[in-house]
Formats: sequence, C-alpha cells, structure tokens
Amino acid sequence: MSVFYFVAFLSIFFALMTIFAKSPVHSVLYLVITFFTFTVHYILLNAQFLAIVNFIVYMGAIMVLFLFVLMLLNLNKDTEPLKSNLVKVMGAIAGMCLLITLAGSFRILEIGGPDHMEPTEIGLVGNLGKVLFSEFLLPFEISSILLLTAMVGAVLLAKNDPKNA
Amino acid sequence: METVVQQIQGVPLNHYILFCSLIFTIGVVGVLIRRNVIIIMMSVELMLNSVNLLLAAFSAYSGDPSGQVFVFFIMALAAAEVAVGLAIIVMVYRNTRSVDINALNRLRG
Amino acid sequence: MIDLIWVIPLLPLIGFLVNGLGRNVLPKALVGIIGCGVVLAAFLVSCGVFGQVYALRQAGEPAAFTQPIFDWIRAGGLKVAFSFLVDPLSAVMLLIVTGIGFLIHVYSIGYMQHDKGFARFFAYLNLFIFFMLLLVLGSNYIVMFIGWEGVGLCSYLLIGFWFKNSAYAGAAKKAFVMNRIGDLGFLIAVFLIFSTFGTLEFAGIFPQAANMAMGDTTLLLITLLLFVAATGKSAQIPLFTWLPDAMAGPTPVSALIHAATMVTAGIYMIARSNILFTLSPITLQVVAAVGICTALLAAAIAITQNDIKKVLAYSTVSQLGYMFLGLGVGAFTGAFFHVITHAFFKALLFLGAGSVIHAMSDEQDMRSMGGLRKHLPVTYFTMLIGTVAIAGIPPLSGFFSKDEILAHAFAHSKGLWVLGFIGALFTAFYMFRMLFLTFFGSFRGSAEQKGHLHESPVTMTVPLVVLAILAVLGGLLNVPSALGGNHALANFLAPVFADSAAKAGTVHLDHTTEYVLMGVSALAALMMAFVAYRSYVVKGVVPAVDTAPRGWLSRLSYRKFYVDELYDALVVRPLNLLSVFLYRTVDRKALDGIVNGLGGAAGESGKGLRLLQSGNVGFYIFMMVIAVVALLAYGIVNG
Repeated sequence: MSVFYFVAFLSIFFALMTIFAKSPVHSVLYLVITFFTFTVHYILLNAQFLAIVNFIVYMGAIMVLFLFVLMLLNLNKDTEPLKSNLVKVMGAIAGMCLLITLAGSFRILEIGGPDHMEPTEIGLVGNLGKVLFSEFLLPFEISSILLLTAMVGAVLLAKNDPKNA
Repeated sequence: METVVQQIQGVPLNHYILFCSLIFTIGVVGVLIRRNVIIIMMSVELMLNSVNLLLAAFSAYSGDPSGQVFVFFIMALAAAEVAVGLAIIVMVYRNTRSVDINALNRLRG
Repeated sequence: MIDLIWVIPLLPLIGFLVNGLGRNVLPKALVGIIGCGVVLAAFLVSCGVFGQVYALRQAGEPAAFTQPIFDWIRAGGLKVAFSFLVDPLSAVMLLIVTGIGFLIHVYSIGYMQHDKGFARFFAYLNLFIFFMLLLVLGSNYIVMFIGWEGVGLCSYLLIGFWFKNSAYAGAAKKAFVMNRIGDLGFLIAVFLIFSTFGTLEFAGIFPQAANMAMGDTTLLLITLLLFVAATGKSAQIPLFTWLPDAMAGPTPVSALIHAATMVTAGIYMIARSNILFTLSPITLQVVAAVGICTALLAAAIAITQNDIKKVLAYSTVSQLGYMFLGLGVGAFTGAFFHVITHAFFKALLFLGAGSVIHAMSDEQDMRSMGGLRKHLPVTYFTMLIGTVAIAGIPPLSGFFSKDEILAHAFAHSKGLWVLGFIGALFTAFYMFRMLFLTFFGSFRGSAEQKGHLHESPVTMTVPLVVLAILAVLGGLLNVPSALGGNHALANFLAPVFADSAAKAGTVHLDHTTEYVLMGVSALAALMMAFVAYRSYVVKGVVPAVDTAPRGWLSRLSYRKFYVDELYDALVVRPLNLLSVFLYRTVDRKALDGIVNGLGGAAGESGKGLRLLQSGNVGFYIFMMVIAVVALLAYGIVNG
C-alpha cells in the first residue's frame, strides 16, 4: 500500500519539476521520469500490457520525438521566453480553483468506489488481446488508418517546399 | 507479481481519483504559465496521461476490460497528435523564427 | 309602414355615397336632385310612420315599437343590438329632421350654386341627415351615441367646408373638440348605466329606473354626466363658445345643424331619458340654472353684435337655454314644443339671413346693410314673421311654446320666471334690432353692392315661405287649455313622459294666472319691439365701428364677456405648455435618450467585448479553464 503513495508522490514531484524547469531539455527529461512512474502505477494495477505500451510508446517514441524537435530548434535556457509574474500567479490560482472544483464535484457525485481491488487478470496481454480483437475490432482497424493519416500529414507539413525554399 | 498486487489491494479508488486530478491540474497549470509551445504540448501529454491512468484504475477496480482498451486507443491517438503537432511547430518556427506563443496573435480582433 | 323604418336612414346614406363618390363626375343638377330627392323620400316615409303612430295614439295606445336591424355586439354580459325605436317622440323628430332638412337641401341648391364643392356639400348634408336619423331613431344609448358622434363629425366637416381658410378650419376644430368633451360625459354615463341597469336599451332601462328611489346617487351621477354631454352638443355654459364660431360655415349649415337639428340633440336625449332626470331633482335644478344663465348671457351678448349671423347664433344659444330651463322645471313637453317651433323660425331666420348675405355679395355686417325691404320683399316678409315669432308675440308659434315654458317656470319658482322674462325682453329687442338695421332705413353699403341687390331665386324663396307658414301655424300644435285648446302635442307625447308625470306630478296653474303671465309677456315683447323701432328706425342709430370707445357694459357684451379669452388662458395655454414640455423633455430627451442609449450601449459593449479577442492563445486557454471551473462550481452549488 505504501508503494502506491510513494510512487504517487514521485509522480507529482517530477510533474511539478516538468512545468517549473527553466531549460526545456530539463523539462523533457523530467517528463520522461514522470512517465516512468506512471508505468509503475500501471504495473501496480496489474495492467501489464498498458505498462509496457506506455513505456515503449510514450517514453520511447513520443518523448524522443520531443527531444529531436528541441535539438532541431536548438532551444536552451537562454532563448526561453518568460511569462510575466502576474500571468504565472493567475495561472496558479486558476489551477488551484480547478483542483478544488474537481474534488468538490467528486464529493457531490459520491463516487463511492470500492475500498480495495479484487485481484484481476484483465490487464494481462492475452486477455486484453481477446477483448480488443473481438469487441473492439473496428476501432482497432480504424486507428491504424488514423496513424497512417497522421504520418502522411506530418510528412507533408514538415516537408521543405522546393518552390518556396 | 502477486505480492505486489496484493500490496495494492488496500488503496481506495477515491485516492486514485484525487491523484489523477492532481496530475491533471498540474498539466493545466503548465499550459497556462509556460510560453514555449513545446512545453505546452508536453503539459497536454501529461494531462492525457493522467486520464489514462484513471481509466485503467476504473477498469481494474470494476473488472471491465473496456477501460484498458480505451487507454490503448488514447495512446495511439496521442502519438498521432504529437507527430502532427510537432510538425506544425516546426513549420511555425520556420516562418516566425520563434516558439513564443504570444507571437502567434494574428487572430487579434 | 313601420316595418320600413330602416329605409329612412338608408336613403340619405345612399345619397351620401352616390354624391360623395361621384362628386367630380356628376353634373350639378343631378347632384341636387339626388341630394334633395333622398331626403324627400325619407320625409314621405316618415309621414307614413307618423301617420301610423298618430292613429295609434288617437286610439289610446302607447304606440312604441322596437324594430331590430341586426345583433351588433355580444361580449360577455354586454348585448347591444342595432335597432330602432318608433314612438311619439321619435316620430315627431323624424318629421322635423327630414322635413326641415328637405327644405334646407332645396335652399342649398340655390345658395351653393356657384361653389366648386357643390357635390361635396350635398354629400356631407346627406351624411348629416343619416346620422341625425340614427340619433333620433336609436333604441339604445349606443345607437344614439353613433348618431351623436356622427353629427359632431358632420358638423366639423360642414363648418370647415371652406377649409382653405385657416380661421374657418380652426372654428371647425373648436366645435369638434368642445363636442368631444361632452361626448366623454356621455360615454361615462353609458358605462354607469350599463353597470347599474345591465342593459343599454331604453325599453330595459326606463321601467327599471321607475322603481328606483327619488334622489338616488347613481342616477344623480348618470344624469349629471348626460347633462355635460348635452351642454357640449347643445351649446350651453360652459361649452357654448363653439356655436358663434361655427357661423364660419355656409348659411344652410347654420340653419340645419346649428338651429334646427344637431343642437336639439341634447334636449332630445334628455327628453328621452326623462325618467332618470325626474328622479334626480338636483340635476334638474342644475339644468334649469345653467339653462337660464346661458339664456341671459347669450342674450346680453347678442344685443351688441353686428354680424347678422352672430346675432342669430347667440339667439340660438339663448333659445336653447330656454329649452333647458323648460326641461329643468319639468316641462318636458313644453321644452320639446319649443324645439319644434324654434326649428321652424330659427331655420327661417337663418335661411333669410343667407338670402340677405347672398344678395349683399357675401357681406355679413349689418352696419353696411339697410333699407333692403324694397329690394328683397319676400325675404323681408318671411324674416319679419320669423322675428315676430321668436319675440313671442301672439298668435305666432313662438308665443305658445315660450309661454308654456315660462308658465311652468313660474309654478316652479318665481325667480326663474323673472329671469326668463328679462331674457324674453332681450330677445325681442335684439331680434327687432337686427330686423330694423337690415331692412329699414337707407342703404349704407357700397355702390357695387347696391348694384348687385336682387331677390333670391325660387329655390331659395320657396323654403322661406314654407317655413314662414309653419312658424305662423306651429302654435296650433299645443294650444293650452287656458286658451281653449286641447294641447294636442302634450296628449300625443304623453306615454313618453308618463313615468315622469307620475313621479313629479303635473303642474296646474289656474287660468287667471296664466292669462296674466301671457298678457305680461306679450305686452313686454311688443314694448321692446317699439323701443328698438324708435332707436333704429326713427332715430336712425347705427352701431359704432369696432374701434370706437364704449362704456364698460357695452364692451363686456361686445367682447362676448371675454369667455373665449378665459378659456384660452385656462385651458389652451396650459395644454400647449404641456405639449411643448412633453415634446422637448419627455419625447426628445427621455424616450429618444433611452432608445439611442440602448443602441449606444450595444455598440459600447461590442467595443468592449472586442478586446477579448486578443489573439493571445494563452489567454483563450485561460478562459477555457475558468469556464470549466465555473461550470463545475455551478454543478456543485446546485447539487
């Protein structure tokens, strides 16, 4: 039980570091660590498949992509634009308000969740795969088309236009 | 594995909800207080992730696998979105030589 | 014939439509024939109706018929039918309206011959006859009110007939507005009547009223309001100043509307509602007081007037005052008798004056006339008859009717008789003054006017002669028993006034008193005629020019007791100030300010809201977060 709280604390700490770090590269790295803690959370929930996918896709692909772009644009601490203090304070306050209202609404809704989790096998790869390919076959196929579309779009967008170069 | 799982059995679902709300809020604050477009996109990823975790928690606690399937799709979608978003940022940088969000105010009324 | 009662108003209406729509295409002769023909036809049908009613009255029947035409208003408890009532009172009024109306129509053919608006004139005259017939035939207060309003409208149209003259148009407006003030009283009285009696039909109201107590306060209120309406229509104090100004209209209009028919509508209405008035003695006292005051005031003004039509106008106001005096002392038949005889001789006098004006090339000032006896013999002779009649010299009609009123006044209160007697003195004096100034002495006008002098054409003189005969013989309608008559009119009208007679009791003067009263008034009239003769014929006095200095009494009379100036200061000026205030302050500043302000506010708020579109994405996202927070908070607060 204490594992969960410890890992949760770590997630929160590194998430805060992400948004408060001055250098963007540090921000990216902190975010990677945050995602690692999320992977641990998934394992705690026995969602093994999701944990591995999170690790590979998010930490391995997406954050690497972010790092690539950062390197490409050659951003570092010196070129980082800053917001005025007023905006920072307003943002923080807005965030606090959001948290309070979210918590309040959960209280009103009285989501009396179960106190403890039954040991479950649904997160295992085989079981998840069975559900994925039977009930959710159509979304699965369509998401592959989605990925194809995104890929085409990204390539088109970032291509150097020979006429305008 | 079983012992770890047994360890988690005592955590009420409400704590998961609170934790994920907190991460979500941190992501929102990140969007609001940073001017670098890339950092803002990363904060959005943080928000998505918090939702993913919450969905997985609900799915585990209620024994319904649809939650985890949903998380799977969200991850696929997030990957696609990041790809396209970063491509756009690169284009913007090429045209305006900056990644400051305040510089993109052509829609000013 | 009584079934054909609906034909009587319909004929003048058709005449109005034909002449009105075809006023630019129909030849004058045809217009005249149509205009007079429809009224003649209406008169003939009215004779038939009268004959039937007369036969029934001779047989002792009450002779009251209601003929419904159609159901008009049905709204909740209010049921108003458009229906006509034929009874002795309305039968007599029918004859007067259509008969004298016909004579005046014939007269107008000659008088308006050279006017461009000939067809329009006849159309308006026919419309007036139509509305007047509705007024006298109506079997409930609403149909009467339609006629009431309609004759006011036609009065406006006809007074302002030569509308291009702004003074005439102003006189028409004045008449209409003063009538309207009276109409308000009528309307409120109708509301009260409906709420008290639940119906507006005469046949429903008067039997119910007969059971009410003497001096009932609701009836008092109703009758006072009805009397206000009558003062407006029949030109009594305080709403009389429109009638002298109404002389701006053509003379046939003055004769028909302002002598014979419209101004008697007030008296007709009170005579019709006699039971209501008999049960309100206070109102009757008010009526008598106002009547005698008006009679004296108008007579005092008429003594110094120099315009021949103005003299006749004030004379009309004065005689109407006598009629109201008669109503006030309970002499309903006497007042109505005076209505009839007054219609005869006043129409005659007006038409004669019109003939004089026509001969004098539209000159109306008596100081330019004189010695017209030789040039206008028929006019002179008929006007002499009219003057003798109005002065109350026996055996002409005016003597009988005025004497009946004065006799009732004497029985009611000696003071009223004295005042009425003084008024009769004035009447005789100023009427003979008018006659002598116009027809005696030597001609005082210009040479070209003298060259134009000619007797009027036949279409104008024949009605004069007919009216003169009626003025002479009219007295025979109601000869009192003191002189050996059988008061035929009183017997004829008895069922109309039966309830009142039962409540108030009949007045009996012994014959000796009556002889004394008659003799005194006849002698006094002759004496005043002689005084006028001495002044204006023997001594040849000519009234002074307008700018000459006058003694204060004379000035008061000549300036019409400054009543118009008083109204101007009390009513017209404050209303104008109020209107200017409302325009400048309320309309322009307040209302326009509100409307423009709303537009301006919309614009300003738009300008303000535009600033939200800063183009700053961070700001947009911030707003989104705020919105989500707000929604969640709303959800939390409202459970």
